[in-house]
Amino acid sequence: MIKAILIFNNHGKPRLSKFYQRYSEDTQQQIIRETFHLVSKRDENVCNFLEGGLLIGGSDNKLIYRHYATLYFVFCVDSSESELGILDLIQVFVETLDKCFENVCELDLIFHVDKVHNILAEMVMGGMVLETNMNEIVTQIDAQNKLEKSEAGLAGAPARAVSAVKNMNLPEIPRNINIGDISIKVPNLPTFK
Amino acid sequence: MYVPGRLRELIRTIRTARTQAEEREMIQKECAAIRSSFREEDNTYRCRNVAKLLYMHMLGYPAHFGQLECLKLIASQKFTDKRIGYLGAMLLLDERQDVHLLMTNCIKNDLNHSTQYVQGLALCTLGCMGSSEMCRDLAGEVEKLLKTSNSYLRKKAALCAVHVIRKVPELMEMFLPATKNLLNEKNHGVLHTSVVLLTEMCERSPDMLAHFRKLVPQLVRILKNLIMSGYSPEHDVSGISDPFLQVRILRLLRILGRNDDDSSEAMNDILAQVATNTETSKNVGNAILYETVLTIMDIKSESGLRVLAINILGRFLLNNDKNIRYVALTSLLKTVQTDHNAVQRHRSTIVDCLKDLDVSIKRRAMELSFALVNGNNVRGMMKELLYFLDSCEPEFKADCASGIFLAAEKYAPSKRWHIDTIMRVLTTAGSYVRDDAVPNLIQLITNSVEMHAYTVQRLYKAILGDYSQQPLVQVASWCIGEYGDLLVSGQCEEEEPIQVTEDEVLDILESILISNMSASVTRGYALTAIMKLSTRFTCTVNRIKKVVSIYGSSIDVELQQRAVEYNALFKKYDHMRPALLERMPVMEKVTTNGPTEIVQTNGETEPAVLETKPPPSGLQPAGGSMLNLQKSLCLDVMEMTSVMLRMVSRFCKSPDHYFFSAGIPSITAYNKNGLKIDFTFERSNTNPSVTVITIQASNSTELDMTDFVFQAAVPKTFQLQLLSPSSSVIPAFNSGTITQVIKVLNPQKVSDSENS
Repeated sequence: MIKAILIFNNHGKPRLSKFYQRYSEDTQQQIIRETFHLVSKRDENVCNFLEGGLLIGGSDNKLIYRHYATLYFVFCVDSSESELGILDLIQVFVETLDKCFENVCELDLIFHVDKVHNILAEMVMGGMVLETNMNEIVTQIDAQNKLEKSEAGLAGAPARAVSAVKNMNLPEIPRNINIGDISIKVPNLPTFK
Repeated sequence: MYVPGRLRELIRTIRTARTQAEEREMIQKECAAIRSSFREEDNTYRCRNVAKLLYMHMLGYPAHFGQLECLKLIASQKFTDKRIGYLGAMLLLDERQDVHLLMTNCIKNDLNHSTQYVQGLALCTLGCMGSSEMCRDLAGEVEKLLKTSNSYLRKKAALCAVHVIRKVPELMEMFLPATKNLLNEKNHGVLHTSVVLLTEMCERSPDMLAHFRKLVPQLVRILKNLIMSGYSPEHDVSGISDPFLQVRILRLLRILGRNDDDSSEAMNDILAQVATNTETSKNVGNAILYETVLTIMDIKSESGLRVLAINILGRFLLNNDKNIRYVALTSLLKTVQTDHNAVQRHRSTIVDCLKDLDVSIKRRAMELSFALVNGNNVRGMMKELLYFLDSCEPEFKADCASGIFLAAEKYAPSKRWHIDTIMRVLTTAGSYVRDDAVPNLIQLITNSVEMHAYTVQRLYKAILGDYSQQPLVQVASWCIGEYGDLLVSGQCEEEEPIQVTEDEVLDILESILISNMSASVTRGYALTAIMKLSTRFTCTVNRIKKVVSIYGSSIDVELQQRAVEYNALFKKYDHMRPALLERMPVMEKVTTNGPTEIVQTNGETEPAVLETKPPPSGLQPAGGSMLNLQKSLCLDVMEMTSVMLRMVSRFCKSPDHYFFSAGIPSITAYNKNGLKIDFTFERSNTNPSVTVITIQASNSTELDMTDFVFQAAVPKTFQLQLLSPSSSVIPAFNSGTITQVIKVLNPQKVSDSENS
């Protein structure tokens, strides 16, 4: 069973924290700090497995982590999970985030914490692995996002308009519209970013 | 009207804070705004506010006032609201808040919602934080969803069922009919979670395990299809078809095949196939191989398969990837008990791993090395392990030292080698040795009678240069105290004898006493050693007297007391000194716990004394706790030597005073671990030179002490008569005592001392 999933940056600031076992709020923060302390000490070329810190169950639990640029992805698991399997799971998780956010970076995780939680909820449920097929996960997430958007109603109109214009492919508008004798020259619009 | 800002703005604002105090201020302001917004019961913006609250919760700020709002969001009709509401429930609520039960009805409705995503949200939340009450109420709904044809919901329902079973194990049977068709699914997600559900059920109940054994052929078939199916783009991870599912199935096969010949046989072929065909260039392949190896080792596989598995592990050990090596060491540790010889073949590689830079790998290698030590390889292995002890990190030294002591005790080829090894450990990792090592070592040294001269010489040389490592100094002082005469006489067969004078020996003991680095315990050892040397040395007795009298005014109470009493020995009881300070006899280890010169309490106490849970009466004492008790008594015995000497001095101090007074006051001779022994003294009516001592033993633990035997010994000038005790069982809870009468005859009539 996975006890906790933590994402924090190189300075220990938490970017996502999900606990699948009950800990009080203070303990949760302490666990994050302790885990950061343990993981940041590690060299670059050592193995990705660590004994868990005292707060999260000591030597019965393991910390399996991966370091990507500025972020640490740490999964705290107990002995029933395969260590190498969890490493692969972290990889699939990051690839899924990449697909959902288009070249994901730390800022995406900062500003869209709720979306990251939703993606994670499609992969891990109650501490157990739910789905590992990246495409399947992305499909479901997209469908749910669409459902949300359709509910947004009037309040969402400006946002929708902006995204519609963004998706417009301006260079493909015909430069010269010829309708019979009338010739309209379309001005060169700058590409809308 | 105040429109609450979006989450994005809050995050942006917080990021501009430059100090922690600024951040806290911003968050408090925002919290206040959110609270007033909640009070206004604003439906439109509740979702935003809760999202902001969850963000602040992640940063570590209190967010409990949002719990009720999450419930309101869950009850809303909009999907957006429900999404945030359920997320909030999972992050902020748990069984300890009564509020969570209010969710049960909402979840029930949502489990039957028309939109599958809403149903999914409900299942997810129930599966993450559902309490046992909620699970009991909603188990029926979950079971219904387990049978649905919608694969999205089915896989979620399966994991939700696992959570329900974990919380309320009695409901397991409810899910049994739904599991019939689970493995017929084509959808890998459903297959995966179904296997998880089956695994959970098999692990919890042996009946389920027996029931599901018939699924083994089906599982084998699924696994075969996965391996043979070739490239399938939707499940491919680095070239292997759905490795997660393969690993899960292998794990379930492991549980089903354990202790069952038929199932194990059915799996043999597929395991061999997976083991040989899997690509090992990427991590995914190795993950599958690792799981296969664990399965092969756990079931009743044929020997050829087992050899194959261990060879795979051996190959893993040589892999460049640290993770693989770590994993290999872990699995070898698990299998070393059962397939000891096969693992021995890889011993040299394992020993090489001791020199790895990675801390996790070093620890695993160290544990495995200790497991591999046997009579044949003990010399070589010890050399490597001692070298490791020298160079490893401090966190390992204590474990390594204890491991070396244990291994040396079991497999020492000769006494001299044993003592050399111990000396080596004491000098390299002296300060990390555990406290109980000192009495064990002292006992070992006492028992190797022919090595006394050699040992004391080596110990003396070791502390000459450096006396900062406390365990080493303690052992050395004790030995010098005991065998100092051998040291100065210069007789030693094993090694070149060194020339040591009595003064030099006393020099070193005195410097230990003076040194700032010596702990109080060590000083006690040193002082007692000096005292003992007064009978073994011939020319320096005056010097010893002087040293002892100096410490009579020491600030350290322990030292002071010892010195005063030893002083008394010099002054008034000089004739008794040789007898008291005689050489310690050989100590036996098993049932008795101390030299025969002093009190032995042969109590076989039930292990309840040391364990937290009292076992039912009539349970055999566990070896481990007996050893602990012996060890603690052994430690006491070392202390008792000085206690006894002191008791004697105390009695000897003013016999005239007591001789004519009402009587010698009774004392409590021993009071530890629930066992209390009292002495009461009186003069015999018939013969004034006989003292009658009545001992009373009581037991305050929860269980009776059986086979209690009290033995005593006295110096040669006295005579002792032990009358039979009232019983040999001390009842628990101080409900009764054993009484025994001892008569001590002092023919010289000078004092009423008793050496008991």
